[in-house]
Amino acid sequence: MKIVAIASVGGHWIQLLRLKPLFDQYDTIFVSTREDFKDMVQGKFYSISDFNRNNMIGLFKAFTSLTKIMRKEKPDVVITTGAAPGLLGLFVAKLWGIRTVWIDSIANVEELSLSGRIASKFCSRVYTQWPDLAKGRIVYAGNVLS
Amino acid sequence: MIFVTTGTQEPFDRLLAIVEKLSFTTNEKIVVQAKTAMKLPSNAEIYDFLSPKEYDYFFNNARLIISHAGMGSIISALYKSRPIVVFPRIASLGEHRNEHQLATAKKMMDERMVYVAFSEEELLSLLEKLTKQDVIEPLANVGPFASSGLISSLDEFIRHPNSRTD
Repeated sequence: MKIVAIASVGGHWIQLLRLKPLFDQYDTIFVSTREDFKDMVQGKFYSISDFNRNNMIGLFKAFTSLTKIMRKEKPDVVITTGAAPGLLGLFVAKLWGIRTVWIDSIANVEELSLSGRIASKFCSRVYTQWPDLAKGRIVYAGNVLS
Repeated sequence: MIFVTTGTQEPFDRLLAIVEKLSFTTNEKIVVQAKTAMKLPSNAEIYDFLSPKEYDYFFNNARLIISHAGMGSIISALYKSRPIVVFPRIASLGEHRNEHQLATAKKMMDERMVYVAFSEEELLSLLEKLTKQDVIEPLANVGPFASSGLISSLDEFIRHPNSRTD
C-alpha cells in the first residue's frame, strides 16, 4: 500500500509527522510547501507552492504539481492535516479515484475549519481531533497528542 | 536565552512590543522569529526566517518559549518538555485570517497544557514573573506520536478499501 501524506508549513506539518508510526508501516511519500522540510522525513518528498484563497496563481501551480505527483505515484490513500494545499491534494486524489482522508487541525476546538467542512462533502473519511465536534460523517478517534 | 516565535502569517507586532518591554527588565538574550519592521534593544536578535535546524536549535536551548497560539509551537513545546507562554493572534486586529487562536488558547489553558495570556498586561506580568525564576517548569508534556486510537483508526481505514462510503 502506498500513501501520499500532505501538509503545509507550520502546525499542519508538525501534526502530520506525529502519525509516523502509521506512515512507517506503508510506502509513504511526503508533500509540503517548504523545500527544506525534506530533511525532516525519510523517503520521498515533494515540495509544492503554498497558496490561500486569494492566490489563484499559487493554486494553479500547486494543482499542476499535485496532478503530476498523483499520476506518478498512484497512491492508494492520500492523507492531509491541512491546510488549503492539503485540501487541493484530496480534490486531485478524488479526481483520480484515490481514497482521501482529511484530519482537521487540533487548533479547531470550537468548529471544523472551512477546509474541513469542504472536505466533508467529498472525502472518504474526515476526522476531528475533538470529541465534541464528531457528528454524522465527522469521526473522532483520538488526536495527534499522546 | 528566551525564544520568541510568531509563525509565518501576518506580522505580530503587538507581541513584539511586549517582548521589547521585557527586554528592558533583563540582560538575558532574546531570540525572535518574526516578520517585522520593528527594532528591538541590543539583547534581542530578530530573524524573519529560520531553517528547521536553526529553529530547533533555539527551541531546544531556550529556557522559555514565547509564542503565538500556533499548534506547531505548542506541540513542539509539549513534546520537548519546554515551558511555553502562548499569546493568541486576534483576527479582528489583522493578526490572522480567523479567530481560532483565541479558542485554541482558551482550550489549552482549560486543559492546563501551557501558560496563556490574553492581554498585553497579563502577558508582561506573566513573563516578568516567569523570567525571575531560576528554573521555569513546563505545565505538561506529551509523547512523540499521535494517540494510538487515531493511528489504529487510520490504519484500519487504509487496510479496508471498501470503507470508502462510511
